[in-house]
Amino acid sequence: MNTEKKIATRQSYGEALLELGKKNKNIVVLDADLSTATKTNMFAKKFPERFFDIGIAEQDMIGTAAGFATCGKIPYASTFAVFAAGRAYDQVRNSVAYPNLNVKICATHAGITVGEDGATHQMIEDISLMRAIPNMMVISPSDDTQTKWVIEEISKMDGPVYVRLSRYATPVIYDKNEKFEIGKALQIGKGTDATIFATGDTVAEAIKAKELLEKKGKFVRVIDIHTIKPIDKEMIIKCAKETEVLLSVEDHNIIGGLGSAIAEVLTEEYPKKLIRLGINDSFGKSGKAEELMQYFGIDAKSIADKF
Amino acid sequence: MKITSIQALENIAKDVRRGVIEEVYSAQSGHPGGALSCADILTVLYFNQMNINPKDPRAEGRDRLVLSKGHCSPALYAVLARKGYFNANELKKFRKIDSKLQGHPDMNKVPGVDSSSGSLGQGMSIANGMALNSKLESQGYRVYCLLGDGEIEEGQIWEAAMTSSKYKLDNLCVIVDNNNLQIDGSIRDVKALEDIEGKFEKFGFNVLTIDGNDIEALVNAFNAVKTVKGKPSAIIAITKKGKGVSFMENKAEWHGKAPNEEQYKIAMEELK
Repeated sequence: MNTEKKIATRQSYGEALLELGKKNKNIVVLDADLSTATKTNMFAKKFPERFFDIGIAEQDMIGTAAGFATCGKIPYASTFAVFAAGRAYDQVRNSVAYPNLNVKICATHAGITVGEDGATHQMIEDISLMRAIPNMMVISPSDDTQTKWVIEEISKMDGPVYVRLSRYATPVIYDKNEKFEIGKALQIGKGTDATIFATGDTVAEAIKAKELLEKKGKFVRVIDIHTIKPIDKEMIIKCAKETEVLLSVEDHNIIGGLGSAIAEVLTEEYPKKLIRLGINDSFGKSGKAEELMQYFGIDAKSIADKF
Repeated sequence: MKITSIQALENIAKDVRRGVIEEVYSAQSGHPGGALSCADILTVLYFNQMNINPKDPRAEGRDRLVLSKGHCSPALYAVLARKGYFNANELKKFRKIDSKLQGHPDMNKVPGVDSSSGSLGQGMSIANGMALNSKLESQGYRVYCLLGDGEIEEGQIWEAAMTSSKYKLDNLCVIVDNNNLQIDGSIRDVKALEDIEGKFEKFGFNVLTIDGNDIEALVNAFNAVKTVKGKPSAIIAITKKGKGVSFMENKAEWHGKAPNEEQYKIAMEELK
């Protein structure tokens, strides 16, 4: 993990989209007046004829994307997570997921790490909302390398996908040659004292926690669950068998998110206690991203302190 | 093959209405009122206007229709069956567990349905996406979107209207089935919608108001809007809810209710 080089996954998304636009003429991009923040503006500048700014009208944006998809286009629709999964929930459900349309919803500014804007803009229920919709795939990439891979990979698959991206700049975890696979979690470290399951911007925190714990003689592994739906059951069961303590950490409400998804697998396949770290069913608040991660107990130190 | 005889189109519209009653009676549920009010609109579109081929329902360059008021599926299904997209026997299975004819249209189950719909207010955005694609690929196809008048109380319709206008979607024609009734009563009492024509005009549409149960007026209106360039069109079709069945006409209670056996017989007799 390169802690010197920090990149927000929204930035990786913008760059990946630009590259994808060059390779695939079927890609169209829609935004709702946030292209400078979601970073779709890079695509917009290069391919203005394939970029559609729908204005501050997220519901209309999702519907328009659905219309494009019925005609064989591969629309990437972007706005903040709170608007994509929240405001436009019914459009995502009925206009996109029910007809199983090939719309890629790439939502930036997920979680409390949005920071200073505060609770109204900190989406902490989107994993829960999106994974409950039939046909919907949910992906939450953890770094620059993984995000760039995800954005291209989903263009090769037919069907709706929700990609959860972050405003907060996080360390580059993976080497450019790292191999990823949709639905397959990655294991970092082989420790058997505990497993820390993480996703998105908490993966780097989990890796830092792993290093802190090693200094205290505790050896843990980190599991990067980028695909939350369909979730990697095999990896969860394997870790439940191989390690003593199981803990999950997410920049999301503990209700319905990563921890819940893991708990669902454990309950049915290999009953074992799981400690869930996340936003404990409360709204976020204003502050710096780092301060908020500490406040809500999802930063490296808070994770390490649980042991 | 496009049918131009007004008499022939009127006869088809009657068949479509019989289909609607058959479906809703068989299912003992569904929405006859709005389906009957828009039967003439859909008949003219599918038999006189749209460039479509039932043998190739997903042809890239075809004209498309989004039934945004998805609960009026019985009318769309009856039209599609009459057009030959699927066997008319299927109509009797409407809303049944083994049928492709869901309560609201499913584009992946029913040949000829261009978009799934049902949650009101969403179809116009989808139609915009289709119309934008037609422009982007220079395919020249037209997109129609049928809205209910109650439906345009949904805010997304006006978000979409701004998009249609911004992108000068002259290949888009929305039709408002203006039967003046919604579930809780008259449009005026429930939401005071008032000047629908003026609203669409202010949103940058070319607007025509016509008798939406008059086949000839519909043919003329659809022909007229095709020639308008640089802006989308809206046809405000003044209709009668329950049109064609005397005891259903202008009755909000027939929005979502199935006829009993006696009512079914009377309705079918009236639609002979």
